[in-house]
Amino acid sequence: MTELAASLVDVQKHYFLTGETVKALRGVSFDVPKGDFLSIMGASGSGKSTLLNLLGCLDPPTFGKIFLDGEDVSRMSDDQLSEIRAKKIGFIFQAYNLIPQLTVLENIEVPLHYTGRTSPEDRARCLELAHMVGLGDRLGHRSYQLSGGQQQRVGIARSLVNDPTFILADEPTGNLDTKTTDEILDILRNLNEAGKTIIIVTHEPEVGKQTKRTIRLRDGLIMSDERNYDTSR
Amino acid sequence: MLYIWLRTFQLGFKSLMLHPMRSLLTILGIFIGVSSVIWLLAIGEGISRKSQEQIESLGATNIIVQSIKPPDDTTTNVRVLIYGLTRYDYEKILEGVPSVKEAFPIREIQQRISSGDAIVEGRLVGCTPHYQDANSLKMARGAFLTEVDCRTKMNRCVLSANVATELFGFENPLGRTVRVGRYIYVVIGVAHPKTASAAIGGTFASQDYSRDVYIPIQTFWSEFGDRISTSRSGSRETTQIEINQITFQVESIHDVHPTSELIKFILRQNHHGKEDWSVTVPLELLEQAQTTKMMFMLFMGLIAAISLAVGGIGIMNIMLATVTERTREIGIRRALGAKRGDIIRQFLAETITLSVLGGATGILGGLLCRPFTELIRFILNTYFPSVMAQLPELITTMAPILVPWSIPLAFLISVTIGVVFGLYPARRAAAMDPIEALRHE
Repeated sequence: MTELAASLVDVQKHYFLTGETVKALRGVSFDVPKGDFLSIMGASGSGKSTLLNLLGCLDPPTFGKIFLDGEDVSRMSDDQLSEIRAKKIGFIFQAYNLIPQLTVLENIEVPLHYTGRTSPEDRARCLELAHMVGLGDRLGHRSYQLSGGQQQRVGIARSLVNDPTFILADEPTGNLDTKTTDEILDILRNLNEAGKTIIIVTHEPEVGKQTKRTIRLRDGLIMSDERNYDTSR
Repeated sequence: MLYIWLRTFQLGFKSLMLHPMRSLLTILGIFIGVSSVIWLLAIGEGISRKSQEQIESLGATNIIVQSIKPPDDTTTNVRVLIYGLTRYDYEKILEGVPSVKEAFPIREIQQRISSGDAIVEGRLVGCTPHYQDANSLKMARGAFLTEVDCRTKMNRCVLSANVATELFGFENPLGRTVRVGRYIYVVIGVAHPKTASAAIGGTFASQDYSRDVYIPIQTFWSEFGDRISTSRSGSRETTQIEINQITFQVESIHDVHPTSELIKFILRQNHHGKEDWSVTVPLELLEQAQTTKMMFMLFMGLIAAISLAVGGIGIMNIMLATVTERTREIGIRRALGAKRGDIIRQFLAETITLSVLGGATGILGGLLCRPFTELIRFILNTYFPSVMAQLPELITTMAPILVPWSIPLAFLISVTIGVVFGLYPARRAAAMDPIEALRHE
């Protein structure tokens, strides 16, 4: 049996709004083996974003357990969760979320500061990653000097610096045109082929189709969990 | 650890440079606060040092007893106004107060002093040789009166510089004679010009030395007597005073208080409750001045504290705006693994940078206190001499003295302000829900 990057056991998430309880997730269980390329899909209100927040350790589940890399993260303190985020999760955002006052290289370096890995080798790796995503000639640029696609490449490089257990991408192509979308997905696919575990949360079927496996949510429950055969091209 | 802080400060500086104008104004707030701490302390120190010097010039081991004109009697038809200290008082005190080491009586009147055709309205002072030291008179020519002059009631005098020039021009006055009333005096000395001493806290009138002529007090008593008649606005007024002032000197500072009490007791008995004398104790004034100084410093400190608080609130205000503005960045950093402590550290580094820069420039501004007061004085003197003339002498000649400990104090305060006023915005930033913060537009 392959090692699991993440594992969810009957996870529920309830929100307590004025007087009523909203059950955003009503019992979700699935495993993400290492090396998987998974997309989580669903309409808005399906619990997709909630699941993203739980997987990203930004929010604890109300009930159930979440294991990341074999470690139970469902009852951790804020500081412990921060550490898990820094070490085990590589975030990619729809709006890229680069820090505007920092250069490309500095943006890639940000997660290093939260794991205390600031040796020259670590910084050399940032440079390597910048070259890998094709921005070796724009290290000193700021985010406003870059196109959307370029910003997302920086985002990808940043998600990789701490060599996380998995990459968690939230609508990574939501703000991009078709051509750039394909470029970004190519990079992600290449990373997966190199052994990276990737989870993409999206509502675009075109994106979902390009992953190895798709989980569909509806009303806080898993509606389907299936392998996509057309990715093996 | 050091590296993390270093890196945090570097980042903080970068973030501050995003809004250079805003940061500059915030620094200005702290700059004003810190400078004012140093300035106010320096000015307070300067003023109190000045008044202390004045009091010390009276002598800390002296007790000064003066004749004062009692409040006007209702019986205005008194022919002769008799009041003040008497030779009897003088002798009684010398007899009854063993701690008195020495005593120097002074008698003075306004008189017309002439030499040939030259006439000066001057102050004739009957005194003892001690007078020279007590008033730190320096001799330009000749010598001051001696014990022998006093004992033998010599008709000798010492002129102040002004009187000498007015009577004799550029000629050498030594050996020449001056006339006061019916009497002739031989000039044996001329004093250097001396600036008038300032009045001290209402108890001591200012003294102008420029019109003085000094003669032995024994000579004064035997020639002028105690009754002096002056005609003022047509009516003739006769006053009888034996001694205008006696300076008693004691051995040590510890004797000052008991001795002054004893002197007061004797005078109260001799004068039967008539309030025609006063006792001034420079040591008491000195002690009072110390208390006043403390009060003054406290007051100045309060003003400085207020301006520092205003600066601190400025920092807090800016940091709160910054935190709101950078909510998104906080969310990103939290998602990428920043702990709450990391966020607090980041924003604290920015406020500390602001306050340290403000503090450092404030110290530089504080060091400029002295040249700046001189500049202001110069400008006032040049353009508003009338305003300047109305200011008390203490203020016009006061030189601010930098208090050495005020510099580290000011710096410490500015850093403390950075931490205290930065903590709230920083904690607010750290307390944000990362999910909410990421969604912030």
